[in-house]
Amino acid sequence: MLSTHVIKNPTREGKIFNNRVIIAWLMMLVFLLVIVARLFFLQVINYEEYKTKSNENRITILPIPPTRGLIFDRNGVLIAENRASYSLELIPEQVENIDFTIQKISKFITIEESDLSNFQKKLKQRRSFQSVPLRYRLTDDEVARFSVQKHRFQGVELKNHLSRYYPLGAIGVHAIGYVGRISKKDEKLMEESNEIDKSNYEGSKYIGKAGLEAYYEIELHGKTGIRKVETDVRGKFVQVLDRTDSVPGKNLYLNIDIDLQKYIEELLGEERAAVVAIEPESGNVLALVSMPNYDPNLFVNGIDHKSYNSLNLSPDRPLINRAIRGQYPPGSTVKAFVGLAGLEYGVRTPHKRTWCPGFYRLKGKKHRYRDWKRGGHGSMDLHGAIEQSCDVYFYELAHDLGIDRLHSFMTRFGFGKKTGIDIPGEKGGLMPSREWKQRRHGVVWYPGETVITGIGQGFMLATPLQMAVATATLSNRGQLKQPRIVFAIDDVILNEMATVTPTQKNTIILKRGNYWEHVIGGMKAVVHGRRGTARRVAKNSPYRFAGKTGTAQVRGIPQGQRYDPNNIPKEHRDHAWFVAFAPLDRARIAVSVIVENGGGGSKTAAPIAKAVLDYYLLKRSPLVLANNDRSQ
Amino acid sequence: MQTNWNNNHFLHLDKPLLLGLFLLSGLGLVVLYSAANQNTDLIIRQMIHLAIGFGLMIALAQIRVQALIPWVPWVYLGGILLLVLVLLIGETRNGSQRWLFGFQPSEIMKFAVPMMVTWYLAEKPLPPSYGRLFLAAIMIVIPLLLIAKQPDLGTALLIASSGLFVLLLAGISWYFVFGVITLLGLSAYPIWHSVLHDYQKGRILTLFDPERDPLGAGYHIIQSKTAIGSGGFDGKGWLNGTQSILEFLPERKTDFIFAVYSEELGLVGVLVLLGIYFFILSRGMYIALQAQDSFGRLLAGSLILTFFVYIFVNMAMVSGLLPVVGVPLPLISYGGTSLVTLMAGFGFIMAVHTHRRFLSER
Repeated sequence: MLSTHVIKNPTREGKIFNNRVIIAWLMMLVFLLVIVARLFFLQVINYEEYKTKSNENRITILPIPPTRGLIFDRNGVLIAENRASYSLELIPEQVENIDFTIQKISKFITIEESDLSNFQKKLKQRRSFQSVPLRYRLTDDEVARFSVQKHRFQGVELKNHLSRYYPLGAIGVHAIGYVGRISKKDEKLMEESNEIDKSNYEGSKYIGKAGLEAYYEIELHGKTGIRKVETDVRGKFVQVLDRTDSVPGKNLYLNIDIDLQKYIEELLGEERAAVVAIEPESGNVLALVSMPNYDPNLFVNGIDHKSYNSLNLSPDRPLINRAIRGQYPPGSTVKAFVGLAGLEYGVRTPHKRTWCPGFYRLKGKKHRYRDWKRGGHGSMDLHGAIEQSCDVYFYELAHDLGIDRLHSFMTRFGFGKKTGIDIPGEKGGLMPSREWKQRRHGVVWYPGETVITGIGQGFMLATPLQMAVATATLSNRGQLKQPRIVFAIDDVILNEMATVTPTQKNTIILKRGNYWEHVIGGMKAVVHGRRGTARRVAKNSPYRFAGKTGTAQVRGIPQGQRYDPNNIPKEHRDHAWFVAFAPLDRARIAVSVIVENGGGGSKTAAPIAKAVLDYYLLKRSPLVLANNDRSQ
Repeated sequence: MQTNWNNNHFLHLDKPLLLGLFLLSGLGLVVLYSAANQNTDLIIRQMIHLAIGFGLMIALAQIRVQALIPWVPWVYLGGILLLVLVLLIGETRNGSQRWLFGFQPSEIMKFAVPMMVTWYLAEKPLPPSYGRLFLAAIMIVIPLLLIAKQPDLGTALLIASSGLFVLLLAGISWYFVFGVITLLGLSAYPIWHSVLHDYQKGRILTLFDPERDPLGAGYHIIQSKTAIGSGGFDGKGWLNGTQSILEFLPERKTDFIFAVYSEELGLVGVLVLLGIYFFILSRGMYIALQAQDSFGRLLAGSLILTFFVYIFVNMAMVSGLLPVVGVPLPLISYGGTSLVTLMAGFGFIMAVHTHRRFLSER
């Protein structure tokens, strides 16, 4: 080491080196300060941003679905409830061999092909550590069997959730409706809706699809709660951070008397028919029947193809709510209203008589508008014409009134307009006018069309609900109340019962108040009169009531031919109508009945209407809901 | 004579440096305990790594570095041979061919390269002539290419810098240094298009825009920045780092442990850590300044600067300033290989300091 090279200069080398080390030390300091600056930027300046990101990473917000409100009838009978339902679910991460496990499970729990395909589909869409349902609605038996074997199945669990259940089955289905699983279409509708907040449905399985369940969806659904949960990178649950409880849906109390509803549905049997019963002074719907009915429970967890097809393709069309969507020619049930129009416009006096030879002919025309009675009724005043349902009287009256006055008068009773009942899907019927015909058919109105409108044929259409509302309005002497199925909405959290007040939609004031009595008198004679078309049904009746028969032609009868109900297939037979109310003053119930292809109104529909009146007025004491204990 | 407690060393160990390393490895175990979700097995294994590392350091500190000089070229050549063998018959793990019979020959080169360059340059007067400089550069480039080919960008980078630090400390002219930097800047374009692998390009591109591939290459950087940033000024607290406990942060026990540290201990903790590192680095440089001959000072200087490169590259990469290259955080990241290599380096540095010969002793 001591031997020095000629040019090696340790002092100079040391100096250069020291120089370089100090420069390197300074550079190092600068770089370390860069790190400090970077950390300061991330941890102090952008702290909030990264804190949010970190929270978004770890916090999952899980919805707590609310319990759907219950539905009770006016007497507190439970119509729609929520029942615990078990589903069998797999957590794929915890199952060693999925196929083998399913095979083992299927030894004591039925797993159908459709369950498997649904399972496979959901398996692909799920997030990690999310359980995938294999079977819904396990029977009590299956639950018991699986519970015993549970220890053998790692990652398979029974999940308990609330499922809508309609304990009365098909009874009242067309009014109550049903809920079903939320579909893609529902989601789209929710997005477009201003009323329904889609985020409130995060954890919900069901949404009202029809009837009250759909109309009162917002009230029934309740408010979804939130559970803030900490999860790891795989979505695995770690701990609950925060919780906001859900607010259960409000309960509905109905005006419907479910016993009356049930009675009517049983009464109608196999018929395709509709019955609407209304309390005239309030518009409260006591019963809304459409037959055939169907079991709403089928739809709750998704109806299988076979059942759906058998309902949808049935010629009886049970899925159609005839009470609000069935539009039929009202037939002779309109005569009372046309008669009233005659009085109001001064075209007829109560006692002015018309000669009925069995047909009516417009001046200068050959066409004969036939009366249902071949020989004619002879001399008819308003009372007799309603009692006996004389067609010729009303042909002539309609002609004298003209379509414009007829249209404007009938419209005041709600014909041609939706009643605004609180279930969706209602149809408005049709009250034709010149303007309508020009618009719809591009053709002028012909006088002959006015003539047949006078007996509720031709273009005119009405739903059973409209007929019930118009009849109730008549019994009210002009007070038109909007029909309502729901009586009260019960907020179980605030313990507040909000009653739905009846809505006065229209008040018909006639020039003379006693015009009402003339027409109602005629309707009374329909059942109580010596020649009344439905006199048979009122025999030995302990109370007095008013009614009107009607027959809606399904097929036109060619000139010169006769209608013979026994000679034609049932689906070509006339629809039978009957409207009625009782008692005569301050009516407590107004009812409309239609039996499709039932033939004549007096024979088929009138006895049903009378049975409804009897049941309601004699068997059910008039109940005042407000006095009921709603905890029932 | 060396076991004088009043002096700064005993058993040829430098006490200040030893203190710094103890502090660092203790802190490392504390962070690792959290990063490993309180897995004590892992802590025990890391303690074994540390024991081996410290043992090796103590052993190497006993050897006078100048005594190694005759061995240097042979170790270097043997290392090159092993690197060639790795490329021919090495094991492939995670897509790169780095292993030969269970160890990484590139680790040897972490000393072999700076020692070789030091040996070669220190032989003749400094600063070196251009001719010697050229040969020295070749000594660096050959292992660099062999390692980059594996590919192991992190190690290649560390080895290249250890060699270059020798050149820099040897006193090559600044004009030359800046000239080379300019040249490298100009060659960036062809390197980008012909040398870099797609995944390496991806890492660099993702660095500038992590959202480019949020679930792939960008995921590491996004999660790491989120962890650091959400730690804030004083951190979420030890064992409370949600990014790490809930496993959003990948590689949290190894290369990204700095993110766990910053998340749980915040900027305050980071400053403490940087303080310890700064202390070790300064002490290392002081030792280099105190060295008596060119071989000792160049070796100590380049090893301590390489240690700094570890720290800077790791922190810069974890905080999103540099692309993700596999460089661990010295003495904090879990893992035996890099730890043992680093501790060996400190053994050499200590030896440089504690085997000095004073005039009075001669």
